[in-house]
Amino acid sequence: MITITGKTIAEKIFSAHSGTDARAGDIVIADVDFVMGQDGTSPLAIRALENMGVDSVFDPSKVAVVMDHSSPSPIEGVSALHTMMREFGKKTGVTVYDIGEGVCHQIIPERGHVVPGDLMVGCDSHTCTYGAVNVFSTGVGSTDGAAAMAAGKLWFKVPDTMKVTYTGALNPGVFSKDLILYLAGKIGVDGATYMALEFHGPVIDALSVEARMTISNMAIEVGAKSGLMVADEKTIEWFKGRGEKTPDPQSPDADAVYADSIEIDASQIGPQIAKPHAVDNVSPIEEVEGTPIAQGVLGTCTNGRLEDFAIAAQILEGRKVHPDVRFIVAPSSRQVYLDAIEAGYIQTLTRAGAAVVTPGCGPCVGTHNGVPSDGENVISTANRNFKGRMGNSNAFIYLGSPATVAASVIEAKITDPRKYFE
Amino acid sequence: MEFQAKAFKYGDDINTDYIISGKHKFKSADMEAMAVHAMEDLDSEYYNKVKPNGGFLVAGKNFGMGSSREQAPLVLIHSNTKAIIAKSFARIFFRNAINTGLPVIECDTDLIDDGDELFVDLESGVVRDLTKDIEIPFPPLPPVMAQLLADGGLVEHFKKHGGFSI
Ligand code: SF4
Repeated sequence: MITITGKTIAEKIFSAHSGTDARAGDIVIADVDFVMGQDGTSPLAIRALENMGVDSVFDPSKVAVVMDHSSPSPIEGVSALHTMMREFGKKTGVTVYDIGEGVCHQIIPERGHVVPGDLMVGCDSHTCTYGAVNVFSTGVGSTDGAAAMAAGKLWFKVPDTMKVTYTGALNPGVFSKDLILYLAGKIGVDGATYMALEFHGPVIDALSVEARMTISNMAIEVGAKSGLMVADEKTIEWFKGRGEKTPDPQSPDADAVYADSIEIDASQIGPQIAKPHAVDNVSPIEEVEGTPIAQGVLGTCTNGRLEDFAIAAQILEGRKVHPDVRFIVAPSSRQVYLDAIEAGYIQTLTRAGAAVVTPGCGPCVGTHNGVPSDGENVISTANRNFKGRMGNSNAFIYLGSPATVAASVIEAKITDPRKYFE
Repeated sequence: MEFQAKAFKYGDDINTDYIISGKHKFKSADMEAMAVHAMEDLDSEYYNKVKPNGGFLVAGKNFGMGSSREQAPLVLIHSNTKAIIAKSFARIFFRNAINTGLPVIECDTDLIDDGDELFVDLESGVVRDLTKDIEIPFPPLPPVMAQLLADGGLVEHFKKHGGFSI
């Protein structure tokens, strides 16, 4: 007798998009609901399309290119690439998000380009972010992106899934960033290679949609293809007013088969820090408290959302950034920027001494907006601390939550933020 | 496909920022010019060592972790790297390598040392270390990937078949 078992979220989304009974390990050709590229990757995708002899995309309303990584352009070379993207938009009719619109991973869900149950690819590794809203979204290279733009489909290997359940509850001063850093420390940078992650449990349920995105954003940091969550009422509510598309949420079956399962008691976790130069080089903050820092960064596709600004503003209200620290703040989108102004967060942070830069990637990837100097330590809310990541291979990057960054810029050293939440 | 060249060996978890730093990747779309920066944060001489006679980049586990930048396999191709031989690969890099036509070989690399002369036969699935006189077998690629590589990458595949033909 053949036993038919249930399916994971990934298997359900791939089944629905390939018209097959997709199971982990199968290779399928699946329809994609959206394709995205940013300014570091779109130019190569545009060139790949030219080389393929293709001069239109499968559906211009399902393709966007975003200028976020080096934006506004710091040098001529980038200006030329931006021009190439604008011309591509004019020629094909795809949506172009020009400078100042924000980071691709904020814009795509914010504008309702994807909805729960969708399958999408983006030419950027952190495309896994929208797993938080039940989208199987994954990063691909420019040539894959070009093929998807041309054909509206792509080949995929349906991944195995690792189930991560967070039990208990978050302690005050501890945030979703700490949960994902803890996981990275536990399973390592290749702990989920080739797999999808599914995040479950009461801690995830209690998080806001924004805080969930921080977790899914970093799925790639443990090698995962996607970081999926179920769509609950909060998710559906979040999509209201964000476009025309109807969500088709996919939940795992009770008898879905997981390649691995981990349970983490969130009540036992304090603020976490990833130390240079690897995202899995994680310690509890107690072990690195007091490490001097010269620069703090609040922003990026990991932690540049309104809630992150609220947390930082709460800590910095009536306080000052230490004179020995540069504090760089980058809202993740124009909308976040406007909302943060409306709420007074930008004023609070600016008064405290922050330098607010254009919505976008900010100094995250070392192209502009705050390259650290030799020997300097940086504390950042970003997702990567590789050597040279911020443009100087002689600098040292520590990763933490927005609360940890805000607490640290006040004292010019890595500081436990829990004292502000007592 | 068969190749013979020297091995240039590095460690585990070589990330895409080491292969080509973000600070260079955004400067231009000219891969020939960017190739001189390949691997430079790990080994500033990589390009000069590999370019004249070609070479194999040999590594440990999780090669190519990090970003989706296709510049990573492209600068390696343009630096005259014939194939990457590693214990395991990060998913996006692996796909990008196949799509751009850079052979990736998954096998045990512990026995290979920096500077060894290697002969690689992709079809029969064997790395021959001529310096040590040993053979290391590797599993063949899944058929979809083998076909893309045989066609010379995804662009060539599209040109040849007018779309996906797998
Ligand atoms: S903010 Fe950083 S990690 Fe996110 S897309 Fe931009 S460069 Fe990549």
